[in-house]
Amino acid sequence: MPTFYAIREATAAFRRAPLLVLLSALAIAFSLFVLGLFALTTHNIQRALERIEERVEVVAYLREDAPPEAVRWMERELAAQPEVQRVRYVSKLEALAKALREMAEFRELYEDLETNPLPASFEIRLRPGHRDPATVARIAQLLRAYPAVEDVRFGRDWLEKIVLLRRLAAGFALALGGALAVVGAIIIAAAIRVAVFARRNEIAIMRLVGATDGFIEAPFVLEGLLVGLAGGLLALGLTVLAYRAVSAALVPLEWIPDGWVLAGLTAAALFGLASSAIAVRRHLRTT
Amino acid sequence: MSVPIVKFSAVYKEYPRSGLALRNVTFEVRKGEFVFLTGHSGAGKSTVLKLIRMEELPTAGEVRVSGFSSRRMRRRDIPLLRRKLGVVFQNFLLLPERTAEENIAFALEVTGAKRAVVRTKVGRLLAQVGLAHKALALPHELSGGEQQRVAIARALANDPLILLADEPTGNLDEWSARGIFELFREINAAGTAVLMATHNLELVRAHPQYRVIELNQGEIVYDSAAPLGTHDAADADVLRHS
Repeated sequence: MPTFYAIREATAAFRRAPLLVLLSALAIAFSLFVLGLFALTTHNIQRALERIEERVEVVAYLREDAPPEAVRWMERELAAQPEVQRVRYVSKLEALAKALREMAEFRELYEDLETNPLPASFEIRLRPGHRDPATVARIAQLLRAYPAVEDVRFGRDWLEKIVLLRRLAAGFALALGGALAVVGAIIIAAAIRVAVFARRNEIAIMRLVGATDGFIEAPFVLEGLLVGLAGGLLALGLTVLAYRAVSAALVPLEWIPDGWVLAGLTAAALFGLASSAIAVRRHLRTT
Repeated sequence: MSVPIVKFSAVYKEYPRSGLALRNVTFEVRKGEFVFLTGHSGAGKSTVLKLIRMEELPTAGEVRVSGFSSRRMRRRDIPLLRRKLGVVFQNFLLLPERTAEENIAFALEVTGAKRAVVRTKVGRLLAQVGLAHKALALPHELSGGEQQRVAIARALANDPLILLADEPTGNLDEWSARGIFELFREINAAGTAVLMATHNLELVRAHPQYRVIELNQGEIVYDSAAPLGTHDAADADVLRHS
């Protein structure tokens, strides 16, 4: 059977020219390793920025004279907003306790006061995906419309900066990642062309005895797939080692999502397959 | 008369750099024939064989090989044509990292033959060329004559209509060459046509029962099967000093 033949030939190539196969796999592995390191860095920068964003809060300070039932009604309404993750009521007493705790240098000042000058407030946290300046501004607008609200605060400036930073990081990642992928592709394509060239006599003899193009291509394509996969797994191993080393010695890192790993391995395998197919086909068309 | 397997009709072949390689070549090879194709190096012998394999197409004229015409050849038909031809070269062209057995099996595997069929057939072919005991030897472990026998077994694997041999004994000592030639005679006796390109005139003259076509500068100068006076035989080396 041709399929059986293709599988046998593809695996036989590993035995017959182990060095060439190893070199191709290493070329793929190192290109993908660079990409893996880059993914690791990008992912951790993104996560760090996300963690900062998680702290995005809109605070609505309430009037002294706000009627309690109006405040409770407002809390229910706010909690029902789709963008809102959590609404926390901070009473005047809690605000004072927090102020005493967090701003120890002003402790005496607060302790000398006869009345509590701090207002009650709502701390509103938004759901992930809605922590952008536009939504925050809209929620702030909504809060200001309540008669019970005296003032609304949110870190507009730094929020805008973080969003900008994230966009920059994402754009940079896309451009650099793309460039690295292209470099990897060129290296892999060259390695596979060498492999095809090394077997040109075999190809010539195959054609002489009446092999169809498809029959000649199949083992190469399969070999490309296997080499790509092997390179991908090797790159994964190297990335894991780098991740462990950096986490242990420098900063604790977060591992890249499984989806990325899977995508990388699939890409490696498909890339090996495609570049083999192209290299063999070009060889067959030009000789 | 039997059906022609190979038919050249007024074939011209021109290469962009080296000019005309074949001029107005017309001949037929019929089923079961044994034909020597002779001439100096560069006379066009290899070009004739290349055109039969349809590795190249004629510049003018038509080459017909077992139902395929050079005028209507599609890329995907070439493998089908090649399976009807057995080819043997001066330098054997065996795959160095495969055993004798595997080199022969290769020609069957490319046609998608079943494993069991491949097995029995390879065994039979090895026996036919007298190498049953060397099935597992690699080409470099075999003598030149033995390597050529493996190549011949491979050429016979798909039961070709014609065996095309390009200087098959060119790299062999006289003893091995004689053995190989005897093998060709046996193959021919079993019904396969043989077209053997050679510049060994001694061999040609020693077997006057076989047809001779002599090429000179791309033209047929002598064809022993052609009626007298068809060619200007004055240039034919085969006829001199004989």
